[in-house]
Parts: sequence; C-alpha cells; structure tokens
Amino acid sequence: MAKHKTPLLDQLESGPWPSFVSDIKQECENRAKNAKGVDYQIPADCPDDLLGVLEMSYVDGETHWKHGGIVGVFGYGGGVIGRYCDQPEMFPGVAHFHTVRVNQPSGLYYTTEFLRQLCDLWELRGSGLTNMHGSTGDIVLLGTTTPQLEEIFYELTHKLNNDLGGSGSNLRTPSCCLGQSRCEFACIDTQQLCFDLTNTYQDELHRPAFPYKFKFKVDGCPNGCVAAIARSDFSIIGTWRDEIRIDQKAVAAYVGGEIKPNAGAHAGRDWGKFDIQKEVVDRCPSGCMRYEGGKLEINNKECVRCMHCINTMPRALKIGNDRGASILCGAKAPILDGPQMSSLLIPFIKVEEPYDEIKEVIENIWDWWMEEGKNRERLGETMKRLSFQKLLEVTNQKADARHVREPRHNPYIFWKEEEVTGGWQRDIADYRKKHQK
Amino acid sequence: MAFISSGYNPDKPMENRITDIGPRHFDEFLPPVIKKNKGKWAYHEILEPGILLHVADSGDKVYTVRVGAARLMSISHIREICDIADKYCGGHLRFTTRNNVEFMVGTEDEAKALKKELNGRKFAGGSHKFPVGGTGAGVTNIVHTQGWVHCHTPATDASGTVKATMDAVFEEFTNMRLPAPVRIAMACCLNMCGAVHCSDIAILGIHRKPPMIDHEHLDNMCEVPLAVAACPTGAIRPTKTDFQGKQVATVAVKQERCMFCGNCYTMCPSMPLADKEGDGIAIMVGGKISNRITRPAFSKVVVPFIPNEPPRWPSMTKVIKKILDAYSKDARKYERLGDWANRIGWERFFEKCDLEFSHHLIDDFRDPAYYTWRQTTQFKF
Repeated sequence: MAKHKTPLLDQLESGPWPSFVSDIKQECENRAKNAKGVDYQIPADCPDDLLGVLEMSYVDGETHWKHGGIVGVFGYGGGVIGRYCDQPEMFPGVAHFHTVRVNQPSGLYYTTEFLRQLCDLWELRGSGLTNMHGSTGDIVLLGTTTPQLEEIFYELTHKLNNDLGGSGSNLRTPSCCLGQSRCEFACIDTQQLCFDLTNTYQDELHRPAFPYKFKFKVDGCPNGCVAAIARSDFSIIGTWRDEIRIDQKAVAAYVGGEIKPNAGAHAGRDWGKFDIQKEVVDRCPSGCMRYEGGKLEINNKECVRCMHCINTMPRALKIGNDRGASILCGAKAPILDGPQMSSLLIPFIKVEEPYDEIKEVIENIWDWWMEEGKNRERLGETMKRLSFQKLLEVTNQKADARHVREPRHNPYIFWKEEEVTGGWQRDIADYRKKHQK
Repeated sequence: MAFISSGYNPDKPMENRITDIGPRHFDEFLPPVIKKNKGKWAYHEILEPGILLHVADSGDKVYTVRVGAARLMSISHIREICDIADKYCGGHLRFTTRNNVEFMVGTEDEAKALKKELNGRKFAGGSHKFPVGGTGAGVTNIVHTQGWVHCHTPATDASGTVKATMDAVFEEFTNMRLPAPVRIAMACCLNMCGAVHCSDIAILGIHRKPPMIDHEHLDNMCEVPLAVAACPTGAIRPTKTDFQGKQVATVAVKQERCMFCGNCYTMCPSMPLADKEGDGIAIMVGGKISNRITRPAFSKVVVPFIPNEPPRWPSMTKVIKKILDAYSKDARKYERLGDWANRIGWERFFEKCDLEFSHHLIDDFRDPAYYTWRQTTQFKF
C-alpha cells in the first residue's frame, strides 16, 4: 500500500516510455518487502517520501528542496551535494536527501559484478535510487543522510576501489565518448586520455581551488558524441591531418546499392536510390570532392574533416592515419554571460601517453585563470574579458588564421609599445617645434 | 535499525583512509570482444532500429541492442539490467552518453531474440522497461537534469517533462524515418545543467518573477556582497530596512532589470524566485554539436513561455510534436533541424511550425544580440 496518494504522478505510469514513477514504486515495494532482511541505514520508506514530496511539487508547481548545505567527506571539497527537504515533518524519509557523485568508468562500460556491488551499497546506505548517469557523466547516487556519507566513502574506496566525482568550484569529473573501444571513427583513445587526466588531476578534482567549475571532455572525432565543444572548458576532439583513406570498390558498392548508405541510419523512410553526387559530393562543406568515371576523389588539403562523407559511407571512407586532437577552450551553458561554444586554441596536437604536451597547455591555462579569473567566472568568460590574445600568450601559442572565423571588424588594436617603431615615449617640445599650438 | 559500520572510525578519520584513487580502469569492464578489437574496428551498420553491428578488422562481430531508460533509475531496475546482461552478455553492458543502455551479444539471432524479450518487459503501470531503439535518423533519449526530484532552483520538473515528451514522440524513438538525428535535451532552469544550449529541440524551465527578499533572515543566511555581485545586470544593491522595528542589513532589487536567471538565489537562499504562475517552459530549437556538414550551433528560443501543466504538460508536448512534424515533412535528407530552419529562413520556420513570433524572441542581451538582427534586405514575404 502506497504511503502517500500520488494521483498526479500516477498519470505518468501510462504511455510507452519507461516510467520513473513505476520504477520508484517498484523500489518502494521491494524495500517494504525486504526479502533479504537488509538493516536499512536510512529510512526504508525514503522512496515513498520522495514520491510524496514530488507529488506536492506537482500540485504546488514549486520545488520543495532547500538550498544546498555544506556536507561532504573529510578532506574533500566536492563529490557530495547536500540537500534537505523543506517539509521534513511531512516527509521524514527525505529530510536529508544528499547526493553522492561517483566517478564513472571511461566509456560507461560495466560488469554486472561492479553494478551489483554498487546496488548493494546503495540499498544498505541510501535511497535505492540513482541517476545513470548525471549530466556531467558521474554515477549519481540519489539521497542519503549525513551520518552515512563517510561510511559510503569508506566502502566505495575499500570495497569497490572507486572514488567520488567532482562538484563545486573544482575540476568536474572528466568524461569521454566510447572512443576506439567500439567506434571506427575514433581518432584517439578517448578512454585512456580521460582516465589519465582524471588521475593526474585528483587534487584539483577533490579540493576546490578554482574560480569556478572546470570541465574536460574528450570526443574521439568531430561528430562530438560527448558534446565536448558545447559543454567543456577544455575540449579535446580527435582529428587527423593527412588523407581520408578511400576504398574505391566499396564506393562502387554504395553507388550500386549493395551497401546501405549512412550505415542504415535512414532506413525507415524511402529516400530513393542513393545518389553519391547529391548526397555526398554536393553536401561537402568545403567542396573538396569529385565523383567522375566511377571514381571518388578528395582534395584532402581543402577538407575540413566534417565527417559527413565518412558517416555516409563508413565502409568506403576511413579517417586518416596521422591522428591527434584539436583543443578548444571555453564552452559553457548560458549562466551568466550567455552560452559559449569552445574556441579553437590548438589545431593539432599529438595524443600520446603520458600526454605531457596536453598537460602543459592545461596547467598554463589554470595558472592564468586561477590568477585572473573572478569568483564564479568560467574560463570562457575570462577569455572574453581578457581577450583570446591573452589565452594565446599564456599557452605560448602563436596566432594563426585558424583561430578565427574571420578577422576583426574594427581597427581598435591594442598595440603593444614594443611593436611600434621608436616606442611610445615622445617629447612634446620636439613636436611643438614642427607644429604650432 | 542498528548502525552498521563500514570500518570507518570517526575518531581517527585518517586511519586506513583511501583517497584520490579515481575511477576503476575501464579495461576491467570491457567485454572480451571489445577489448580484443579496440582501435581495430572496420565499420558499423544499423541493422534495424535499436540493433547495431560493429565489424572489426579481425572479422569479429559484435551486435548491440540499445534500449531507452529513465535516467532516474532504481537499484531494482539496475539489478534487472544486470540479470539480463548475465544471461545474454557474459555479465557486461554499457550506458550511452544519452542515458540509453546497451547490451552486446555475439550473433544476429541472439540480438533479435534479445530485442523481442526486452520489448516484452513492462513495468506494473504498463510502460516499457526496455524499449529498443534510439539509433540513426530518429529521436534518441533525452539528456536532462533533476527538476523537482532533487534540485533547489528548478522552474519545472525534469523527469515528468521528459516522460511526457518521450511518450509523445515514442514512434520516432523506435523508427529511423526523420531527415537526420533529432537530439532533444531538457534543463529545468537557466543554469542548464542539461546543456540544452546546443540541441535540436530544447525544453527549458524558466522563471518570470523577480526574487522575493526574506529581510528577516537575509543578513544571517547570505553574504550581501556575494548576492550583489551575483547579478549579471547589476539589479541588486545593498540596503538597510526596518524589519519589525529593527534595522536589518539586506538587499534591494531593481525589478525591471531582472532577467530571471536565479543566480542571486544560488548565492543567497533568502532570495527565492520559484512561483507557480511565474514558472514554466521555453522551447529552443536548432542547436547541434556535431561538425557534420555545418558548424556546431546554439539553440534559439522559439516559444518564450508555456505554463507548467503537470503531470503531462500537454501544451508543451503539442508544440514539440508540431515542430518535429513540420521538420519531418519539409527537411531534406541529412538536414538537421537548425539547418532546415536556416535554409527556409526563420520567418518560414514560424509559419510552417504554426508558431507565433513575439517581441520576446528578439535578442536584447548584450553584444551578441546585434548579430541576430537582420542586416539585409533578403527576407521572405
């Protein structure tokens, strides 16, 4: 029997898409039954009270969670989000409802053994509810009480051999696409790079010392499945700088209709016969392709690596062999100064362990941003305030036409004194000798 | 309930403490066929909605069955996922960056049998537990935030709006008949933890009433200078006021300058702005992340406000469906939603989607605004 009546939420149980309401109710029932005789360390009816307070929000049109709360584990300044209900008497099971962020494995592969261990931990010491996964990529364990936090951390590190993720003004848990593990487009080993950066910068991840949050995301190719260019202060995106490899026989097979274009992604509608001229050559944003006499030619020097031709004919066209990454900086969501996409800083960098070259760029940026960044100012905003030129300077990069979409629209150039012949020191008396007042 | 110790000793917190170990190495979790062929995949193919085939240079094949999931997930549900993975996938599985679950098997027959089984599993309330789909030119799962389930600043719920939307567009999850992939994202306030700023269709919770000021508690709960500095438009100033005959330090808000971002509330809990009538949803469209054909692009606001209508937000899902249908009917193959709107012109977009254009949709926030106005005589009647 449900603890709270939830007539509004109940309406979210119908319809085809998986219902989170049905799932929470299933957890309520299982906890009430307690078939395994678990000695729950937080109220067993915690999921019931979550439904109760959520139903109240559905009636009120307002949230019932209080503003933050500084809780955490000893020695860390992040990884736990404090949360308290603003109606604790009505919903004691969620009076404390803190979230624990657990650092996810790169690429989000799991063994059932690990997930079951995690479930056991969260059954005993938490609400039994999770997010798989949070927006930044962490495993999110949703809802526990303050006395359980150290216990959870102890078990997590001792039994599951896994650490917490980031929160607050620190390095947020880095994330990546699945990369070379199961994708032919991946130009770099995103998983290894992500894992390495996460471990290299554990101190920055756990102990807030930054002006604001800082995110790394690693995409294996310009398709951008982990949204690095939109969602990370430091975006690493795999690319290549030699030639797209062409298998002309496979090209012919696409033209002849023996292979489904776009790996079958458009198979649900009759788009007519595949037309390589119209669908590939004419769609190339840099116009660097030609199809003549049954042969596909690519002028690779003019290619901008948009991935369209490769996505459309993955069996005929392959990424180049001279692979690395482009590095872009400064993406963020709109708060406060409007949304920003990352801007290209390094067109090409080799991605090889131990990634010293990449780390040098990261650390130079941090040194600058920690010195100059204002409280709660993301890197992208610091860049806007202090100029892209400054970013180039602190990262020892030379300006390159690739850094801009187009040159500036105004001539208000901040010349430096050393750039101007003779410097800026002049004598007004000398000037007056030639020019009357 | 008896307290069960993990082994942690509160009197000696540093005893046997393990810290800074990071995540487990991903290699421990890779299925054997993935580990063996990592970096040596030749090509992939979507055999049917929700079933992917990846072929390695070695000739090895792996078949992936992709299912949708609510990202708010119970351990009962995760254990069921584990049971399936133990039975069919040698105890391995993965999640996608968009909250889908992937089961990997060795043959096409196994994949098809698994698809059938997964599609057959239902929650007690009748919804699918594991709907197969989310591949190719269709709508895949929604990336979203916490909403009323866990957050202190939301202007709407996340899980509910997502469930209502995915129910409305479910056919596009299980089919691949759109001109290109359509990525929907949801964020429950302007902080956009769900990063909806680069999605084909974005559902965004917004506030429309300036913060209230809790003069009684503000000075104790907040750092006044931080609250003042938090405001991007400089609408907040420090002041003193009489509260029950006592002078208290507090802040004043120039309400006409408020852009309803809620940043002050994040810094100062004594300035709440949530409100049943004030809060609701804005719809944004035309963003993308991929570099395919066109550059990555921001989403644009096309519906400034839809009231919150829990539990199913019918006005919101109607608008989303309208946009999706117009796009599906009119766009060319490979054209993302924003590329379609750019080609036909935004004046046509509003016409074809049957949406009203109002002054709210003209940008007036700082410099970037100018670049969105029309500086040409090229437009359509």
